[in-house]
Amino acid sequence: MNFDFTDDQQAIKRTAHDFLADRLKPDKRRELAEAGSYDDGFWNEIAELGWPGIFIEEDHGGQGLGAVELVILQEELGYALAPTPFFSNAAAGFLIQQAGSDEQKERWLPGIASGEARGTVGVVSNGEAVLVPDADSAAVIVLVDGESASAVEAGSAEVESRDTIDSTRRFSRVSANGGGEQLGGDVQAGLDRAEIALAAELVGISQWALETAVAYAKERKQFDRPIGAYQAVAHRCAQMMLETEGARSAVYYAGWTADNEPDTTPLAASMAKAYAADAGWRVTASSLQVHGGIGFTWEHDLHFFLKRARTDGHLLGSARSHRDRVAELAGLSRAAATA
Amino acid sequence: MDLTLSPQEQAFRDELREWLEKNNPGQEPSGEQDMFKFRREWQKTLHDAGYAGLSWPKEYGGRGATLIEQAIFNEEMARQKAPGLANVLGLVMGGPVVIAHGTPEQKERFLTPILSAEEIWCQGFSEPESGSDLASLKTRAVKSNGGWNITGQKVWTTYAHEAKWCMLVARTDPDAPKHKGLTYFLMDMEQEGVQVRPLVQITGESEFNEIFMEDAYVPDENVVGEPGQGWNVAITTLMNERAGLAFGSAVAVKLALGDLMDLVRERGLEEDPIIRQRVGQLYIEAETLRLNAYRGLTSQMKHGIPGPEGSLPKWQWSDINQALTELAMDIRGPEAPTVDERWTYRFLRARANSIEGGTTEILKNIIAERVLGLPRMR
Ligand SMILES: Cc1cc2nc3c(=O)[nH]c(=O)nc-3n(C[C@H](O)[C@H](O)[C@H](O)COP(=O)(O)OP(=O)(O)OC[C@H]3O[C@@H](n4cnc5c(N)ncnc54)[C@H](O)[C@@H]3O)c2cc1C
Repeated sequence: MNFDFTDDQQAIKRTAHDFLADRLKPDKRRELAEAGSYDDGFWNEIAELGWPGIFIEEDHGGQGLGAVELVILQEELGYALAPTPFFSNAAAGFLIQQAGSDEQKERWLPGIASGEARGTVGVVSNGEAVLVPDADSAAVIVLVDGESASAVEAGSAEVESRDTIDSTRRFSRVSANGGGEQLGGDVQAGLDRAEIALAAELVGISQWALETAVAYAKERKQFDRPIGAYQAVAHRCAQMMLETEGARSAVYYAGWTADNEPDTTPLAASMAKAYAADAGWRVTASSLQVHGGIGFTWEHDLHFFLKRARTDGHLLGSARSHRDRVAELAGLSRAAATA
Repeated sequence: MDLTLSPQEQAFRDELREWLEKNNPGQEPSGEQDMFKFRREWQKTLHDAGYAGLSWPKEYGGRGATLIEQAIFNEEMARQKAPGLANVLGLVMGGPVVIAHGTPEQKERFLTPILSAEEIWCQGFSEPESGSDLASLKTRAVKSNGGWNITGQKVWTTYAHEAKWCMLVARTDPDAPKHKGLTYFLMDMEQEGVQVRPLVQITGESEFNEIFMEDAYVPDENVVGEPGQGWNVAITTLMNERAGLAFGSAVAVKLALGDLMDLVRERGLEEDPIIRQRVGQLYIEAETLRLNAYRGLTSQMKHGIPGPEGSLPKWQWSDINQALTELAMDIRGPEAPTVDERWTYRFLRARANSIEGGTTEILKNIIAERVLGLPRMR
């Protein structure tokens, strides 16, 4: 039993952290966020590092590592608030890897792993997926509708770009009008892994918002004292830490189950997504409060994090729907009640 | 990352499981004295089988087991609904403090009787005017032939009425700054200068007491650490208390949650969307607490003694346990205030969780100052 990363995993984390700190300086991130665009050069670099295929089987062009390694990258990408189509591509990779036939995997996974032909995932209700990340640049769009999923090639779907509060990620509305190819395998297993990846991003976002608030609370003075010496501020920071660490434990655990104990992944993924979604929002909102007026300005970077956190919370199932699923899986079964 | 048990850990668990299935004495008797006696005998049985003080060194009657094995033990005990142990304060705090700061003679003298529950321990820290601000305590210890004479008052002392030994912090140098003038004593409770008076808690029982000391005597050999170093030893005690509470309680919460779900089903509320949200949330928080505790354990195994981050799970646990018992009351509906075997006691007892072992406010202060490095506050 060892609830910590292995040396190799620590190395991945450190490398990712340093690389992102070096390549995505706040000015650069802001420039991309304000333009609502991604940087192809940056994408090519992370593709060269092998990140998009980190969890994809080696037979299909990936590195053959696991969900834990992806969680590590996602946490760091969240901390850096990297504007990239990395998450959406990984989500598609998980769905196709878990639910696709051999032939479908062979067709789509290599492009996803190399980053040359990206994928994305949308959740359909009433015939359309209202909020799909990066559908405008994806080669293949996986549309999940209840327990089934189909993959649609770019061009055969209607993609209409949308304005959201999160300008660090591009979103579209997608409808396929019944087109696409069915993925016959375990759709939920793919979706759960995508939820874990998103939750990991929220851990990184929370960590940044916490650190930034604590640093500000040490330096900003009012009434001749640093504001962090006031308990109302200090206790708020302690609460932010509690929630950030809780989200981290839940997410690491969920990632671990996906690689080692897949029977518990449905429960673990919903726990992670629900907890991290609540934490992500509350921690970024708390950080804003600690910053006072400056936290409400466009000029401060915090709002990009806050908006991404809120948006992530609504993607791939709200905290409310995941809590309900946890209740179901933990033993409050609807079926048993009506039987 | 590897959250599975090693073959060795698994073997330990299987053996323990089998032993518990045979030896678990089951339901505790009601009545405080009968229950304490029962728990004392149960602890002795565990000790005889080598299951008390698992992570203590072998030479002092422990098993030299890892913290993981200790955690497995806690989980199994809870899973099989085995009774609690009598000498919790000795096991969780007294022993670890003597192991960390005691002399070879003290280890020899004190450790084994803690494990066998032959000698019960209590913790004499809090005083009427010094609770959260522990270092302001006033109980005085004055040097006298080969030892110390102690005069003062302690309060909220759990199990003082059963205890042979008290972990007592007293002021030995009134002129030194408040954290520097303290000394840590092991005080024999069985002497004339020590009077114990029970205090009745909101549950109606009397777990805790007042202690009055008038020229109580403690020989030099029962000072832990050097005179004037009492604060450091006290901190070790508190860190062990919080880490211990966090771990034991993570498992207890999980069990209570099982009872809560039974209650939901009995009342036919499985489909009530609000109940589902609240149960789902509690389940997530309880699991997160358990996972945090495991992460803490891994870090403690790497870095030695539990650090200030051990305050997080203690705080988290009190929030969850209070919310859980409140939800049970809500589910019981209009008859909730009527006394019931399963929930009334837990519901009332949970109110102490955010006070005992350091209040939630103090834990937040510790996290803010010692973990996040925010400026000191008052
Ligand atoms: C069931 C139970 C068992 C106990 N067993 C023992 C035992 O065995 N041995 C022992 O020594 N003690 C024991 N205690 C005592 C416990 O440690 C103290 O009650 C606790 O430390 C708080 O001290 P106090 O009661 O004096 O409250 P106070 O310190 O007076 O606190 C009152 C309120 O003020 C708040 N407060 C105080 N200072 C601050 C601050 N700086 N910032 C913000 N808020 C603050 C507190 O959080 C609390 O809400 C026990 C308590 C209980 C309830």
